[in-house]
Amino acid sequence: MNTLRQLFPTGLRVRLVITFTLVAVAASALVASMGYELAKNALTKRTEDVAVTSVVTVLERITVPLGSLWPGELPPTAQDLEELRSSLGGSGRQVVMEYADNVYGAGTLTIENVPNELRARAAWRLVTQRVRVGDNLWLLIGTQVQRTARDGEVQPTGLKVFVFVSLEEEQRLLNELRSSLATAGGITLLIALTGALFSARRVLLPVRRLRDAARALGAGHLNTRLPVRGRDELAELTATFNETAAALEKSVTELRTLEAIARRFVADVSHELRTPLTAMTAVTELLLEEAERLPDAPAEAVRLVVHEVERLRVLVEQLIETSKFDSGAATLSLETVNVAEVVFDSLEVRGWTDTVKLDVPSEMTFNLDPRRFDVIVANLVGNAHRHGAPPIELHVRETPNGLELKVRDHGDGIPPEALGRVFDRFFKSKSVGSGLGLPIARSNAQLHGGTISVRVQKPGTLFTVWLPRT
Amino acid sequence: MVEWNNNDRVAGILLVEDDPSVRTALELALSRQGHSVTAYGTGEEALDHVRARRPEIAILDVMLPGINGVEVCRRIRKLDQLPVILLTARGDDLDIVVGLEAGADDYVVKPVEPRVLDARIRAVLRRVESTATDRISFGDLVIDRGALKVSLAGREIHLTPTELRLLLELVRHPGQVLNRRYLLRVIWDHTHAGDSRLVDTCVQRVRAKLEKVPANPTYIQTVRGFGYRFSPP
Repeated sequence: MNTLRQLFPTGLRVRLVITFTLVAVAASALVASMGYELAKNALTKRTEDVAVTSVVTVLERITVPLGSLWPGELPPTAQDLEELRSSLGGSGRQVVMEYADNVYGAGTLTIENVPNELRARAAWRLVTQRVRVGDNLWLLIGTQVQRTARDGEVQPTGLKVFVFVSLEEEQRLLNELRSSLATAGGITLLIALTGALFSARRVLLPVRRLRDAARALGAGHLNTRLPVRGRDELAELTATFNETAAALEKSVTELRTLEAIARRFVADVSHELRTPLTAMTAVTELLLEEAERLPDAPAEAVRLVVHEVERLRVLVEQLIETSKFDSGAATLSLETVNVAEVVFDSLEVRGWTDTVKLDVPSEMTFNLDPRRFDVIVANLVGNAHRHGAPPIELHVRETPNGLELKVRDHGDGIPPEALGRVFDRFFKSKSVGSGLGLPIARSNAQLHGGTISVRVQKPGTLFTVWLPRT
Repeated sequence: MVEWNNNDRVAGILLVEDDPSVRTALELALSRQGHSVTAYGTGEEALDHVRARRPEIAILDVMLPGINGVEVCRRIRKLDQLPVILLTARGDDLDIVVGLEAGADDYVVKPVEPRVLDARIRAVLRRVESTATDRISFGDLVIDRGALKVSLAGREIHLTPTELRLLLELVRHPGQVLNRRYLLRVIWDHTHAGDSRLVDTCVQRVRAKLEKVPANPTYIQTVRGFGYRFSPP
């Protein structure tokens, strides 16, 4: 199938040009060959008529007695016959005569050049035939001279006349005609090719414009429109394209508006939640201290409220962070830092220095956003604490084009069906955590131009972050 | 030698917060930490209070009815070198930058844990205590480390406590690049992932007071991507 396609070009332009040219050439070849045949026949007929008429005229005027002589007549002399022969000749003609076993001829052509079949037929009537001798074409007229007797009876005289009329001039004319026809054919071919290319262009230009426009539309330029020219099918197609693009733009705009409203709503809600949370958070420590003096049940209730306030606080923080990424408001502020120090601080402030096995080159510096890097480390290590099991290992190393951070735990690992979804928002394999930590870690890595990936280990899970050197 | 005095001090706090619940809760929490708090719901009231009673530190909510927290901060700066901590509900980067440029010493994002707020208050209030009585001079710039006064070409320059601490820290290591993380740790007590814009805006404020052409500084030089260096002329 493919090889067939390669053998026969399938491009619209090529097909149009080939078809157009084939039709034009076939038509002009047909016209030319018909014209040539007609011209050739007319020319031949005219030459033949003129030659035959001139031969017949000469023969009718013969006065010398021939055949069976009438009383008082003398047989023709050789000179008589020679005179007759020369009167039949002329430029471009050669004459051969046969009379009473004698052959009279003077040119290059002899009786040998007269086909036997013609000689036989010429005994009864006037015949013509074209014969080729060497390179030359001749019209051969052959007849036997007849004589009307006194009693009116027509008798053959035995004088056979063969006139070779040269067709050289006709040949030349026909050759000229052929070459003019060939030239005309060539010109026709050129005109056909030009026309084909031109009309292919006229068809293909709108097609190409449509293709480019469709491509632009696909690339997200939803305001792409094309001018509609003319009233043909391509113009119709262009108009349809414009309508489709307009409809698409409209629905995408609507969707985007709805999405922006939804996003804005999440952001607004999160912001609004902050004020009551601030009041609650401010008094949690006070409550916890007082709880120690309360009976068991209310103390438990207070601790639960405090715990949930903390959870709510983290959730709202993460929602706000997420909505910042969504609205494109997240910015990167890069600084050259000592990676080991940043990682250590991140663990220390969360009390994880004893639970995490660190492997970080002490002198490694890297250009990154320390606050965002801290979020990545905190989310990955926090995740390992919540979902995995010790030992938790954290490795940092410098790669030729960036920084690689690996966080590995030795827990049960993520179930295979959940592996593809761990970076989805609110995806939780267990009902702990907000389900926003890993998506936020990924957004932070991506903001650096980096990547984050997860792999199942035996046992445990390995998260790998890569940040490019800037 | 210059030493930071970090003993358990309590402060007279001016708190401006329009939401009554947040105001009450913060009052409760800060009082429990040992501070004496006077709270107001508007910036106008607070400014009257500054003139009358001279608190040690102001904690200002950014979103206030009437004049907002950033504007209150700017007006306080004109009156006094009183340390200011902004309380921002948005965590909005623009608010933070504008607030820091207006002269705020630090900011906290709501909802803030009382422990964190207390630590920030103590860091900002920490005064430079000097056992040395020396005066050092760098060209026109004279720093009296005993009296904690800075003058330029004989004219005294008023620096906020944070600005003074930053300048003294840089002067203590002449010619040496101090990175932002280090400065955040020693000046602001931000033990991790601090906001380096605190350092940047503070340096800009010091430069605005110190340098003849702040855009082309001679004393405090920026080392791109790393930090700052004090280079005596």
